[in-house]
Amino acid sequence: MIRENSLYGPLDDVAADAGHLEHPPRVGFFTDTSVCIGCKACEVACKEWNLVPDDGFDLLGMSYDNSGMLGANTWRHVAFVEQDIPLGGQRTGIAELPTGPSGTPVMTEVVAARLRHAERGGSELGTNPLEVHEPPQDLGMPSFSRPGDDGADGHGAEGRTDFRWLMESDVCKHCTHAGCLDVCPTGALFRTEFGTVVVQQDICNGCGYCVSGCPYGVIDRSPLDGRAHKCTLCYDRLHDGLEPACAKACPTDSIQFGELDELRERANRRVATLHDRGVTEARLYGEDPDDGVGGTGAFFLLLDEPEVYGLPPDPVVPTRDAPAMWRAAGIAAAAFLTAAVGSFLGSRR
Amino acid sequence: MHSDCIVIMGSNMAEAHPVGFQWVIEAKERGAKVFHVDPRFTRTSALAHHYVPLRVGSDIAFLGGVINYILAGEHDFREYVLPYTNASFLIREEFRDTEDLDGLFSGYDPATASYDQSSWHYESSGPVLPANLRPWAEEKEQASPDQHGSGGPKLDGVAGSIPSDPTLQHPRCVYQILKRHFSRYTPEMVEQICGTPREQFLAVCEALVENSGRERTAAFVYSVGWTQHTVGAQYIRAASIIQLLLGNIGRPGGGILALRGHASIQGSTDVPTLFNLLPGYLVMPSAASHPDLATYTSTICGKEQKGFWCHADAYLVSLLKEYWGDAATPENDFCYDYLPRITGDHGTYRTVLDMVDGKVFGYFLLGQNPAVGSAHGRIQRLGMANLDWLVVRDLTMIESASFWKDAPEVETGEIVPERCRTEVFFFPAAAHTEKDGTFTQTQRMLQWRDKAVDPIADQRSELWFFYHLGRRLRERLAGSTDERDRPLLDLAWDYEVHGDPGDEEPSADHVLRRINGYDLTTGRVVDGYTDLKADGSTSCGCWIYSGVYAGGVNQARRRKPRFEQDIYALEWGWTWPMNRRILYNRASADPAGRPWSERKALVWWDPERGRWTGYDVPDFEPTKPPDYVPPGPTKGPDALHGDDPFIMQADGKGWLFSPRGLVDGPLPTHYEPHESPVRNALYVQQGDPTRKVYGRPDNPSNPSPPEPNVDVFPYVFTASRLTEHHTAGGMSRTLPYLSELQPALTVEVSPELAAERGLEHLGWAHVITSRTAVEARVMVTDRLAPLRVGGRLVHQIWMPYHWGPTGLVRGDVFNDLLGITLDANVFIQESKVATCDIRPGPRPRGPALLDYVAGYRERAGITAATGAVVCTTCGVKHIEQEVRR
Repeated sequence: MIRENSLYGPLDDVAADAGHLEHPPRVGFFTDTSVCIGCKACEVACKEWNLVPDDGFDLLGMSYDNSGMLGANTWRHVAFVEQDIPLGGQRTGIAELPTGPSGTPVMTEVVAARLRHAERGGSELGTNPLEVHEPPQDLGMPSFSRPGDDGADGHGAEGRTDFRWLMESDVCKHCTHAGCLDVCPTGALFRTEFGTVVVQQDICNGCGYCVSGCPYGVIDRSPLDGRAHKCTLCYDRLHDGLEPACAKACPTDSIQFGELDELRERANRRVATLHDRGVTEARLYGEDPDDGVGGTGAFFLLLDEPEVYGLPPDPVVPTRDAPAMWRAAGIAAAAFLTAAVGSFLGSRR
Repeated sequence: MHSDCIVIMGSNMAEAHPVGFQWVIEAKERGAKVFHVDPRFTRTSALAHHYVPLRVGSDIAFLGGVINYILAGEHDFREYVLPYTNASFLIREEFRDTEDLDGLFSGYDPATASYDQSSWHYESSGPVLPANLRPWAEEKEQASPDQHGSGGPKLDGVAGSIPSDPTLQHPRCVYQILKRHFSRYTPEMVEQICGTPREQFLAVCEALVENSGRERTAAFVYSVGWTQHTVGAQYIRAASIIQLLLGNIGRPGGGILALRGHASIQGSTDVPTLFNLLPGYLVMPSAASHPDLATYTSTICGKEQKGFWCHADAYLVSLLKEYWGDAATPENDFCYDYLPRITGDHGTYRTVLDMVDGKVFGYFLLGQNPAVGSAHGRIQRLGMANLDWLVVRDLTMIESASFWKDAPEVETGEIVPERCRTEVFFFPAAAHTEKDGTFTQTQRMLQWRDKAVDPIADQRSELWFFYHLGRRLRERLAGSTDERDRPLLDLAWDYEVHGDPGDEEPSADHVLRRINGYDLTTGRVVDGYTDLKADGSTSCGCWIYSGVYAGGVNQARRRKPRFEQDIYALEWGWTWPMNRRILYNRASADPAGRPWSERKALVWWDPERGRWTGYDVPDFEPTKPPDYVPPGPTKGPDALHGDDPFIMQADGKGWLFSPRGLVDGPLPTHYEPHESPVRNALYVQQGDPTRKVYGRPDNPSNPSPPEPNVDVFPYVFTASRLTEHHTAGGMSRTLPYLSELQPALTVEVSPELAAERGLEHLGWAHVITSRTAVEARVMVTDRLAPLRVGGRLVHQIWMPYHWGPTGLVRGDVFNDLLGITLDANVFIQESKVATCDIRPGPRPRGPALLDYVAGYRERAGITAATGAVVCTTCGVKHIEQEVRR
């Protein structure tokens, strides 16, 4: 029985919608990237607690990010973004130095070239980049004259003038409308009483529908057992009244765990505070119940567009169109039936 | 957390101290301005309000510039400076400043590269003799400034009144000397030396001044980025001068926060592992200067001086009673003669060179991996390969235990495993979760931890190892009549133990009680160091830790959550001394004993109760009123006035000028690093004129101006840590969850340098010095930028130092690039800055590597004398005599 908004749109009580008649309040994460120091304690704490295996010892060259992305063996992932633009409320002394152009585009290109050549790890639908052993194609280093060569000023208009380094700890979003869960044919994925989404590996048959069902590319099949794995929001710890391991380990409270309603209020206050302090880039991502997944259980305060962090700008749960598709299919079926019946009726004539 | 402005300099706090950094974030949320001054944009910079670049090794020029800014604009907190510092004291007429002698102070002796410090003294009665009985040069050879530890050096004739000029106008008063000394450290000069744009530098000055005074306080934070230099101690001195001038010492939100290198390294200096110290910063006796106990104590406190160091006799006698128990009696000087004596430089680097020279036979390594983690890794390994025996205790099989088969020297043929003579004994160690004990963290806080699980198999605690080592040695020597065995046989080796006979675990709790100390007449633990006596009626293993078991309670085990007590959380753990959280906190009140402001109140005089009170434990005699003046001539604590907040100092004052105690000068002075591509822009003298060099062929230096061929090594490099790894990697390269986060040794370069040298992102490159070449993967990043220094462009290179030849992720040893040159004050190595070349591609392998590096040395014209002319104009080469085997 499908209630209104069970598949798309705002939904006040996800746990009840999943059949939990009495349940605790919905919980989640508010990850405030404005205080993230990129220590990766969340990644380590997550793996320690959940016994997640290592994900390979590959130097990726994406700044300090060597985990690459979320996957079967990485349930927390810290993104590092180097940009040659300023951060609100921050001053760097770079503008007055004898610099040439930014190296960031070259770094990005080298990494992108390697990713294009990288084998796919995990399942064929997974997205683990591996080390490329042959050197990447020559992309050409920036051809600028050496700084200091061009007159007393030392740097021309092309010199880099600013810098910022963004860090963000990514995690499963525990969507209000979870694509992975809705497409799972075995019931391995389920909605917990806390409103979170968890995989049961002993039921998972490794079909991989969930991998394509997730609009964020979070869930992945493990190359070790072929089954789907992702963040459980430490379901076992929640049962014992503990906060998830990553939030517990976070030294600066960048990862905050709590009741979702309270976290949303806190996040809105935080954005206002940052705007007051001149950090005008601050914006929330995933807290809006009207978005394509009905709002996420784990949402973020970002300092740039989501794409910059490797997040989809406008994620939509694949089941959004399911009712319409079923309706269309129903109409089509009815039309066929009518036509068929009509043909019989017609032949009688 | 209470700071209004935090300047992080010489520290990558967010990466190396991420847990402590939460308080910087907290202060920032409360409105504090956060600055990060660093050669490289790091994860700390990413969270700062303002990142300020500077050239590595130029910090004194920067800090001196701040001092000049404060003095030139008279921005000092005069009401604090006058009563609490030595600003008004007059210095002797003979004193000459670096301004007069082109980079040298008066008293320099070129032959020994050391100073006669007598002309730096206050203008007061009596001649000034070297510390102890030895010549001044020996102070340098024993790193004496290190021995002044938790207080200051001995100073005679300062208990009474010292000639002074409270108007601060006298040309020989400290304030005016300071002003002259730093007058050329202008923003323009800072820009020229540090490469820091003027506006950026001035922003730091302005913020510091705006956030200091009655209502506000500013803090400095540093780590080994400040200490690991030939002038490291003077970096911290420079910050001390700023903080004293601005009135930021002893006050909430002020101070200079030293972040230690790793867990409990503070503890290992308090109960020391250093060759020249006994527990609690008591001087290790010297053969020449400390023949007996009476002489020893007289060298720590002068005849007429103030302060608690004058009770050193009580601290030392109690220590001897703890060591030798009943055998220590007044008749035998409490076994004072059982203490070892030092005769010169026995520091870790001297010891390693002596190993190479065949003078050392055995070596204990406990929680240390010098094959990877110490400067000049090559010499560390070659030294260890020339021992009879080596004992390594560690959690994993580290490179210092396996070097004989996997060192880079095996590849070059310098170490042949079959012929390596060293016998290595590896003992697996218990981890901190597997044993009871304390950690002493960076704020001097002892925190007790209970054992969580039993160690498995042969893994044993450090306590177990030493207890049984001592027990077995004593069993072997039992019945010996040899006089030299007495110290071992007379030891009070009677710790409480539990567990199976023969495999007993000593009680860490009992050891802590013994460290705290006992009243031997009653058998009860003492409540603090003021209970200690010099008559042998008390024992105490470390006087500054006395009080950790006050009232018979393990104070370090207190874990009352901060939410259940006030903001200073005095019931969490225990901080030495006497659980004081902020040292010298008498200075948080004005001379009359009132808080400087309501906002910055910490401790104050309560006239009704007649005692000091407040949020912290007062770091002052509790009932001595603020207007107290001693009635007549006296010494020690009795001589301290009511407005002498610096109770460990000989004159009770904060030292803007050090009348003695530092072997390289009374004031910080900008010297270029031992290896630098540029000439000193301020003085003829290039580097620190007292720096400790070991001029020998196996410890070559790259040339620095005015020496020729500087361009062979045109770049500056520095090294530090990554959050993801732990020091020499023994505790991180062996763990998959950490190894995967930073899987490879990298070298970070700016896009400009990458273009100049043809380096590609993620490609290979190798860094070359006169010691060796090290290869790494290239990271081209905007986080590094070239600087303009003295009209030329200086490129800086950065590498992490965690990699070695074993573990899950492996790489070359960064420390092989470094030579050994030390800060003469404390014998720390200059490992934060050196010069190098960088080339694309991997380094040569095998013996070809040796030829390759030799080619560089040849082109640079390097001999043992390169870098060994420590005084630029004196012409004396400090070369070691060739040692014949």
